[in-house]
Amino acid sequence: MSTPTIAEANRLFEEGLLDPVELLSEVLHRASLTEAELHAYLTIDHEGARRRAEAAAERLARGERRGPLDGIPIALKDNLCTKGVETTCASQILAGWVPPYDATAVARLQEAGAVLVGKTNLDEFAMGSSTENSAYGPTRNPWDTERVPGGSSGGSAAAVAVGSAVAALGSDTGGSIRQPAALCGVVGFKPTYGLVSRYGLVAFASSLDQIGPITRTVADAGMLFEVIAGHDPLDATSYPGQVPRWDAELDAGVGGVRIGLVRELSGDGIDPEVAEVCRRVLDLLSDQGAQVVEVSLPTVEVALSAYYLVAPAECSANLARFDGIRYGLRVPGDTVSETMGRTRAEGFGPEVTRRILLGTYALSAGYYDAFYLQAQRVRALVVQDFAEAYQKADVLVSPTSPTTAFPLGAKVADPLAMYMSDVCTIPSNLAGHPAISLPVGLDSAGLPIGLQIMAPALGETLLFRVAAEVERVAGFDARPRLAEGMP
Amino acid sequence: MTWEPVIGIEVHVELLTSSKMFCGCRVSFGDPPNTNVCPTCLGLPGSLPVPNRRAIEWLVKIGLALNCRINEWSVFHRKNYFYADLPKNYQISQYDHPVCVDGWLDVSGPDGAFRVGIERAHMEEDTGKSIHLGEGGRIHSATQTLLDFNRAGVPLVEIVSKPDIGTPPRARAFAQELREVILTLGVSDARLEEGSMRFDANVSLRRPGGPLGTKVEVKNMNSFRSLERALGYEIDRQRKLLEAGREVVQETRHWDEEAGVTQGMRTKEVSSDYRYFPDPDLVPIVVDTAWRERIAAELPELPAQRRARYLDQGVDPQTASVLSASEPDLRNLYDQAVEAGADPRTTALWVTGEITAALRRDEQLRLPAGGELAELLTLIEQGTVSASAAKEVLAGMLAGEGGAREVAERRNLIQISDSDALSEVVDTVLAENPDAVERYRAGEGKVLGFLVGQVMRATGGRADPRLVNRLLAERLG
Amino acid sequence: MSAFMPIDIDIVHVARLARIDLHPDELESYRAQLGVILEHAAKVQAYDTSGVEPISHPLGFTNAFREDEPAPSLPRDEVLSAAPEARDGYFVAPPTMETE
Ligand SMILES: [Mg+2]
Ligand SMILES: [Zn+2]
Repeated sequence: MSTPTIAEANRLFEEGLLDPVELLSEVLHRASLTEAELHAYLTIDHEGARRRAEAAAERLARGERRGPLDGIPIALKDNLCTKGVETTCASQILAGWVPPYDATAVARLQEAGAVLVGKTNLDEFAMGSSTENSAYGPTRNPWDTERVPGGSSGGSAAAVAVGSAVAALGSDTGGSIRQPAALCGVVGFKPTYGLVSRYGLVAFASSLDQIGPITRTVADAGMLFEVIAGHDPLDATSYPGQVPRWDAELDAGVGGVRIGLVRELSGDGIDPEVAEVCRRVLDLLSDQGAQVVEVSLPTVEVALSAYYLVAPAECSANLARFDGIRYGLRVPGDTVSETMGRTRAEGFGPEVTRRILLGTYALSAGYYDAFYLQAQRVRALVVQDFAEAYQKADVLVSPTSPTTAFPLGAKVADPLAMYMSDVCTIPSNLAGHPAISLPVGLDSAGLPIGLQIMAPALGETLLFRVAAEVERVAGFDARPRLAEGMP
Repeated sequence: MTWEPVIGIEVHVELLTSSKMFCGCRVSFGDPPNTNVCPTCLGLPGSLPVPNRRAIEWLVKIGLALNCRINEWSVFHRKNYFYADLPKNYQISQYDHPVCVDGWLDVSGPDGAFRVGIERAHMEEDTGKSIHLGEGGRIHSATQTLLDFNRAGVPLVEIVSKPDIGTPPRARAFAQELREVILTLGVSDARLEEGSMRFDANVSLRRPGGPLGTKVEVKNMNSFRSLERALGYEIDRQRKLLEAGREVVQETRHWDEEAGVTQGMRTKEVSSDYRYFPDPDLVPIVVDTAWRERIAAELPELPAQRRARYLDQGVDPQTASVLSASEPDLRNLYDQAVEAGADPRTTALWVTGEITAALRRDEQLRLPAGGELAELLTLIEQGTVSASAAKEVLAGMLAGEGGAREVAERRNLIQISDSDALSEVVDTVLAENPDAVERYRAGEGKVLGFLVGQVMRATGGRADPRLVNRLLAERLG
Repeated sequence: MSAFMPIDIDIVHVARLARIDLHPDELESYRAQLGVILEHAAKVQAYDTSGVEPISHPLGFTNAFREDEPAPSLPRDEVLSAAPEARDGYFVAPPTMETE
């Protein structure tokens, strides 16, 4: 047996062919086979998971399942607070920290009966695009272990790809759900900013961060989204209105839907093989009655620059609390100030340090207007750009990542090159719009290619409708070698 | 040539809401350390702030009381600096879009009335408390810092005056007036000693009409008296420097109450750069007209209005100020007694005099009802009890012995104003003091006082002195 | 917006503001990296944004408040057990030598 999707597991549960304890065993077995090579997990909560699976199995036996996530083994990116389970953000500075509370998204999963398997690896504090910036070592790509899984939610994407979790949560600040999903051949969805509470998500850049699902199918992503979304009084930026229904028009097809290919994200700088596969998918959609048009987002390139000012600026303040006083690592000095300085110097890795310094600089006296404020103006222009594009198209598409998975170490020494990996995904974060990545093919090296679909704020219903059709026409059913048992 | 001081005051007021500014922890003082803390006010990873609606309403209240314009749209900023008792190492505060701007407060100072401009009033969160352990507990020699975060996140309103206060006594009068306003609004207990109201001052000197000089921030004054003293000292210090041709250094100085001096802090000179930016965890505050007007409608009578009313009612200005600054219970007593028909001027004098003094001696005393006080004043007015006996009656009332007449009767303090009864006593006294009578008749007028005293003594002080005088005059006439 | 180029980065000051004690050679390497990134980021400065209001939030709603009602705090033992050092109910830190 190989790990089922959420939908498949539900069917098997209902038919009495599987129960949550067996499913958990399968998932943990898969982890035991793959972890040595992959390192998708930082922590596996064997005991907690078993307890929850048993409770779910009892509910199943009594016919009292709480919903489609009841009994489903789910992995959590290790920047989501889990009461009683170590949460490190893949940083030395939080080594050993056990939160006294659950993130809202985590609590909602528990409420729905999900079985939380463990905490997955990430770039330290979610800063990176390869999961190489983990203080506990990189995660590897299940399709080719010499390559990166993408990042920063690389652990979650890799775990779902090989079936050491049925589904996972990640967080997406500039593409950190979608890009690793693309590089690992799974589905990654970033909801509209504010639909999923950020309470308990260790902040990287508060105005950009959004929690979302990483799954094998579009429908699985929808089921997870439905459970974790919704207003949370503990998050002042949480959207107070109705959450759009992901499955309201799921089977409506794409007849008459105007699909805009983003010109700036389909030519220069995009690997030709990636661009080609994406165009082929558009042709297939066209065959299904979609109206494919070309649209322009002229701010795409400057958006990247704006992002690399706004995100570090916010991170420089968000990460100021890690100072060795109340929790986490302390490297003692003679004074409080010295203690803080040493703790932070030793506790943060190079990429985090780089971004804190960058953000501190961008906010400091004399540079605030020129950098931070100007970046926020550019952000307003990105929103305008999108608004114009949505005059011509109902949804926009682009590759999720300019390339397929790159070799480990290839971009570590060149931050700018690494930052370019996010060029397709960043605009949706700056605008707060929803976007989904799904696998649509393999390149000549056998590495998965992701297609990104973007929609206006709160446009989840249409986004899922188009994604479901893309999934159907692309017919992607390849699995990585590591998903099918040991070689 | 003279130097002219320029003083601006910055005030921090802790609001006495039920819960903290951005989380549900209790606002409660004196609890064991670190018992009112949660992920948010401890700055735990992943925690988020959600603002307290009532705190914002109270800030608007303060702003309205200080004649401020209430910005319809305002935002929270992060003020970034590292300090052990600041859990997130940034303070959520307001920067260029505060809730309240451009107000003023009229103050009656020792040298007359003056107006102080209010630059702004904004919302922020308090820090935790550091205890510096070591020799003397002073920062410089501390060997350890103990941290209690119960206070972290308590709603704090910062009020910044314009630098248009000219003298230390005026600064003190402004501070006192402001405290009265805050107490009247009922939004804080405004205790200076406990730090729920804190004053910092900016001082500089300039030539009259000339440009502003270098300003020094003075901190750590925890009474009105030390505010005035610290400013006096600092102005003097700066004047001496300038007169010696030296420069004033821009710095923060701490007031040392015992030594009576301000002292510069041994700071590694890092120019502060707070890197303010809008807090992305929070959304803008919009106080629309309807909301603002609803809050305005709830405003109580403010100290200035109160004093004006007392004056209108006939109370003298000095007593009106004292009464206005009195505890609400005492002010209510005044209002109720006046309502029950007592004379406002006399009532004010009794409330701010005898009754305040009695309460100061014994906090447990029970205040009389307004009607009871009115009754006592009527007894005095009618001559039923003497002014001096009335104090005793009051003591009995405060001790819970009953109403004014009841106490007067029980304690045998009713004045003898029956002329037949007194005539008898007068005659006896005259008969017993023939030589005094003789001396009086010989023109020694002051002997009359002695005779009055003898009558008073014979009646145990209960005789109506006016009547005694009249009876004596008749007989000696 | 003028085409301002950040040539001089006072990295010592920046690191001090960020409270990260780095060795001089580390500082130099970060200074160089920041220079490269900021040169790229300077694109935002060249961009014409006249008449554009900066945004900081994607969905522009306002007035998210909580009511003034107390909620339970954390058990103190749990709070202090995460601390590098604690005593008598307090977090313990090295001495505070300066005030900024
Ligand atoms: Mg302040
Ligand atoms: Zn709290």
